[in-house]
Amino acid sequence: MIRLTREPIDTAALLDEVGSPQAGAVVLFLGTVREMTGSQQTLALDYEAYPEMALAKMAELEAAAREKWPLVGCAIVHRLGHLELGQASVAVAVSSPHRGEAFQAGQWLIDTLKQVVPVWKQEHWADGTHEWVHPAAESACTTGLDQRSPPPPDKERRATPAKVDRA
Amino acid sequence: MSDLKVCVRMFAVARELAGSDEVKLTLPAGATIGDVRRRLVEAVPALAPMQAQLMIAMNHDYVSDDALVVADAELACIPPVSGG
Repeated sequence: MIRLTREPIDTAALLDEVGSPQAGAVVLFLGTVREMTGSQQTLALDYEAYPEMALAKMAELEAAAREKWPLVGCAIVHRLGHLELGQASVAVAVSSPHRGEAFQAGQWLIDTLKQVVPVWKQEHWADGTHEWVHPAAESACTTGLDQRSPPPPDKERRATPAKVDRA
Repeated sequence: MSDLKVCVRMFAVARELAGSDEVKLTLPAGATIGDVRRRLVEAVPALAPMQAQLMIAMNHDYVSDDALVVADAELACIPPVSGG
């Protein structure tokens, strides 16, 4: 199940959706809005998507994960719009017969989602500035889904942001 | 063969720099995605500093610069993504 939503992510519904008598393990990952990035303080985030392509890429991710691991259930939800500290921006829920596959699939799904799905976050910093977060040039837009090896570790995403001050 | 008129959807910082959520371009017949990128930066010079980081998507997929632009394809300018 693949979804973009502007409402808070209903994690209980996701767990219901992926749970099954065939599964002995359910893993739920939530990405949440963090306050501190180094010494910079975040007040809130705004998320924007290219919705048609984001949904297509998320569906490809689910299909690729189901090829790699014996998943029973798989749900990927990304929230869009304005999010406050602590709120969940993304959820990945997977179930499988045994826990190893569920952990691996969940990790691969969130790592690859962050590399290929066209969604962007805009930081609202405590100093009143706004800034789109655009990872540096090694970005993974070029990392295709055909690359089945695990993606590189998550780099510091805010290393060289493109800054647009609206202040 | 006649020119190809395309509309490129813009997102995030690229949308803000363009001041619009789409940019219309006229390309010669046989144009490639690389031509789209070059014309886009000509149309929106503010994109120049980040042009190497911009991906162009055609019909909801990332495509390389040597791909031919398909008539009536949906094109989009994709800055490095930061979802999650």
